[in-house]
Amino acid sequence: MIEFDNVSKRYPDGHEALSQVSFTLAAGEMAFLTGHSGAGKSTLLKLIMLMERPSGGQLRVNSKNLNSLHKSQIPYYRRRVGVVFQNHQLLFDRSVFDNVALPLQVSGVERRDIERRVRAALDKVGLLSKEKLNPVQLSGGEQQRIGIARAVVHTPRILLADEPTGNLDPGLSAEIMRLFEDFKNVGVSVLVATHDIALISTLDERVLTLDHGRLSEATLVPA
Amino acid sequence: MSRHKVDAVAPAQPRRSGAMENRRRLNSTLRAYFHNHQQNAAESFERLAAEPLQSLMTMLVVAIALCLPAMLYVGVSSLQQLSGSWESSAQMTLFLQKGASDNAIKKLITGLEVNSELAEVQYISPLQALDALQDSGGFGEALTLLDENPLPPVLLVVPIADIEGDVPRIEQLLRTLSAQPLVDEVQLDMKWLQRMQQILDIGRQITLLLGGALALGVLLVVGNTIRLAIENRREEILVVKLVGGTNSFVRRPFLYIGLWYGACGGVIAGAGVVLAQFWLGATVLRLAALYQSDFSLQGLGAGGMLVLIALGGALGLIGAALAVGRHIAQLEP
Repeated sequence: MIEFDNVSKRYPDGHEALSQVSFTLAAGEMAFLTGHSGAGKSTLLKLIMLMERPSGGQLRVNSKNLNSLHKSQIPYYRRRVGVVFQNHQLLFDRSVFDNVALPLQVSGVERRDIERRVRAALDKVGLLSKEKLNPVQLSGGEQQRIGIARAVVHTPRILLADEPTGNLDPGLSAEIMRLFEDFKNVGVSVLVATHDIALISTLDERVLTLDHGRLSEATLVPA
Repeated sequence: MSRHKVDAVAPAQPRRSGAMENRRRLNSTLRAYFHNHQQNAAESFERLAAEPLQSLMTMLVVAIALCLPAMLYVGVSSLQQLSGSWESSAQMTLFLQKGASDNAIKKLITGLEVNSELAEVQYISPLQALDALQDSGGFGEALTLLDENPLPPVLLVVPIADIEGDVPRIEQLLRTLSAQPLVDEVQLDMKWLQRMQQILDIGRQITLLLGGALALGVLLVVGNTIRLAIENRREEILVVKLVGGTNSFVRRPFLYIGLWYGACGGVIAGAGVVLAQFWLGATVLRLAALYQSDFSLQGLGAGGMLVLIALGGALGLIGAALAVGRHIAQLEP
């Protein structure tokens, strides 16, 4: 599903965020992306989101080379990707329901389908009862779960998460990880950037480690 | 959070035949597209209504910019109508040859009466003219001293309403009448008519020029307001783009805001023109009465009002499109 082939990313200021990164993530596979801060985790996710373009190497998603994807095609590409942001990026001028509905609205889904799918996604993260509230009224953990609901409401083929458990307590973090594993089990490729080693070690998944832009893969033995 | 809930999120629709499926999907996408437009139109209006003072200010600027040329237009077209309806303006005096026989004159009159460009032909014999001159006083004594009547026979002709005020056609008629063998001279004081036409031409040009300059002003004002709105909703735009919103999806609400600013400005401008017409109308009527004229200010009319609103809407939309085109493409996550 996701193939990195000697991908490098050098920013205009000369900083090389990624050096010759190669890995493959298949459909229905989940991997953690770890590394010290500034190791290039966010850059790697941004490349998959096409928020940045690689300066070298090839990046293929669903066998399609992203380098050749025209700018006008980016929105349609992004509709097949779900992202959970570190700072959840919710919009506080609308209800929880409308936040989650956003990816469906932009893809031109009909109203009654939107209602059905948003409720399903909210139910999945256990926040169906809060659909009418403003996200500002929710706790940090709940906001993060709204962000997850928004990332999966359009049933993406790829799910990316950038520090999804950043400021959550361990119990909640484990719950969110289980949520991600559920998506993996229905064929979604899940890539989670995190530095929460303790959490990773409890799960039997691939671990990709970035160190100063270089990738190495290690399999942690589940504790 | 069990497994089956994931299935509820995942699409589990049975596959239908390709063509049917495609048509169903197209219908659904179209419905969603129109719904999105409806929703954007409504939401944009609600957004403006949520900040009534600020919105009203922008709308007033648009209204003033539309109102001034509209009023000028109303004034000029009223005067235009006046210059056309001034009956005596186009009346021509045909001085006939002094020795012309009654028969020849009668034939000329019959000929003129069938001319489709003339509405009225009136004959004044030299005798009638002399009587009139004597009646008007002062000349009585002097006229009795004359051996013979010095006055020529005269025909007063009035062109039909269609060509009154149409200078080239009046001139053409003038030449035709002068060419009649019996006619000595044709008199028409057209100078003032021509001057009036020229003044009206200038008026029209000023209206256009002013309208153009103010339209540019509307574009800039709406453009700037939209630019600020984009700046205020920056976060939202970035998120929408990240979840796959196309540029046109992001643009849509701002275009509707521009459209509302313009169209509402047009409505206010229309109301302003009507008010001004009421206010000035009575004064104009009194003034016209002094000159025994039935001149009155013409209104914009329902058609003109619609044009004004459409024009405002179009300007708002273009202003918004200019701002949006520049700023939204630059905003990339």
